Amino acid sequence: MAHHVQHFNLDQKFDFTDAIKKIVFTVLGIGAALLVIGILMAVFGGGHHEAAEAEGHAFHWYERLYANLWINNVYFTGIAIIGVFFFAIQYAAQAGWSTAIIRVMLSLGNWLPIAGILMIVTFFIANHDLFHWTHAYLFDKSSPEYDSIIDGKGSFFYWPMAKGTFPIFYIFRMVLFFGFWVFFFKKFQQFTYNEDIIGGTYSWYKIRSWSAFFLIFFAVSSSIAAWDWVMSIDTHWFSTLFGWYVFSSWFVAGLSAITLITIFLKSQGLLEMVNENHVHDLGKFIFGFTIFWTYLWFSQFLLIYYANIPEETVYFIERLSSDIYGPFIFVNLGLNFVLPFLLLMTRDSKRHGVFLKLVCALIIAGHWVDFFLMVQPGTLGHNGGVGFMEVGMFLVYGAAFTFVVLSGLAKGNLVPKNHPMLEESYNHHI
Amino acid sequence: MERDTHFVTGVYEDEDVLLQAITQVRSSGIKIHEVYSPYPVHGIDDYLGYKRSKLPIAAFLFGLLGTTLALTMQFYMMKFDWPMIIGGKDYGAFPDFIPVTFELTVLLASFGMVGVFMVSTNLKPWAQPRIFDLRITDDKHVMAIDIANNSAMELAKIEEILKSSGASEVNKKSFE
Repeated sequence: MAHHVQHFNLDQKFDFTDAIKKIVFTVLGIGAALLVIGILMAVFGGGHHEAAEAEGHAFHWYERLYANLWINNVYFTGIAIIGVFFFAIQYAAQAGWSTAIIRVMLSLGNWLPIAGILMIVTFFIANHDLFHWTHAYLFDKSSPEYDSIIDGKGSFFYWPMAKGTFPIFYIFRMVLFFGFWVFFFKKFQQFTYNEDIIGGTYSWYKIRSWSAFFLIFFAVSSSIAAWDWVMSIDTHWFSTLFGWYVFSSWFVAGLSAITLITIFLKSQGLLEMVNENHVHDLGKFIFGFTIFWTYLWFSQFLLIYYANIPEETVYFIERLSSDIYGPFIFVNLGLNFVLPFLLLMTRDSKRHGVFLKLVCALIIAGHWVDFFLMVQPGTLGHNGGVGFMEVGMFLVYGAAFTFVVLSGLAKGNLVPKNHPMLEESYNHHI
Repeated sequence: MERDTHFVTGVYEDEDVLLQAITQVRSSGIKIHEVYSPYPVHGIDDYLGYKRSKLPIAAFLFGLLGTTLALTMQFYMMKFDWPMIIGGKDYGAFPDFIPVTFELTVLLASFGMVGVFMVSTNLKPWAQPRIFDLRITDDKHVMAIDIANNSAMELAKIEEILKSSGASEVNKKSFE
């Protein structure tokens, strides 16, 4: 009645062929071309200069470049760490259904080392242009620009050094988070590929223990990372659920990436043990966490709107009353809530057909818009917007991410052939 | 012979045997009236060839009704019937209405779905259920076959097929 393990080819490997590489590099090339056009337009266009100078702060084209780097750094770091997170969840929950695709999840983590380097380098190149709190005069009581609110938050960035000097605590956290994330990723990778050789349940128990530690660490680090990397851009403002909000945004995008890669591998004739039941479950996760993201977005919005405290409402006023960002609030909600909610509601749309692929692509674009809305208004103000530079940078990062992930996936066996729950995964039926 | 009155029942001890039996009985051309189990058997509706329930459509429509009702009610009350300023907001403060809208959508979707389910499965409190075999509430699976619905086949042949499919007993059951 049931399929048995031996019916499937378990030694299959993903072959990252030149044909696939060509597609990835084409996207990279298009992205790079758009990026260059965008930069040239920003350098020579300069339509915003006069307005900006009137405010006393000259706007430079490279600020927009930095903001774009930062959006994609944060966004793709999130997708990468969600792959590791979802992998760990499968072990901590002792889930069997997902066994055939756990390596697809884990492969997203290949981006993490690169993401960490990019993040730290971008921070040092761009610091004043992205983060208002990096200015030393904010902490100087004799300066006319002294800001008592930011001074009050200063230790969070500068401790144990003097405020306004070198943000050692901030950098320490960034290094710590990436260090541990990469460490856990490497640990999982080591154990899961070692399982192919040694068999038995040793690796499974090991990964389960490490998963538990990782999940505890990730619960704290993902939240703090969201404050550090995103919320600190709007330094005066804070929201207590911001960490979960960023996490949920990452999670939906990461799940969509996992689903797209799974569907892509199936279209390559691989992972034939993954059938519509597994895809259905991934679809349900996306559907459910789409609503979770909306719930958090709306919870943040409603409380700020209802309480109407100026310190808090400034965040939404900056976005909603802006000609540049206002429409994107609705694009954000449309792409990340309305469309996935309606398109993924039926059972069939989650199991087969183009709907799931379409929705995954929409969500990956949609959550980029979400991060765009978190980063750009606070860094660029009215000099921002979605133009060639934004689209180009997103494509460049997307292609680089895809290249790194698929290369990582091609290195090892695609299916954990000695996983104790493999058979359960084959017989998954909903 | 009238339909829905006289039945042959096959009693099965094991769920796997039951699932195999369903396939065998159906492929021999017998139309199964219903299968009764003490607990839900995973995948049994696929074996019986049942179409998927249309209940989700009812849930969606009731949910939509809830959304519409909640928004209409709140806009009517707060903007037209008895306008009130709350928290310095507009009369028709759309974001304020979302929590109530959400709750009523969920409430009507779930109540509507339960209601439709009860009507479509005849689960009214005064319904008189037909018990084909008392042991279906304990440890036996029972397959019921309507004799009149299978008049093309001889009774002895049906009993023979049930026996060979793994039924531990084959009985007859009639209702008024």
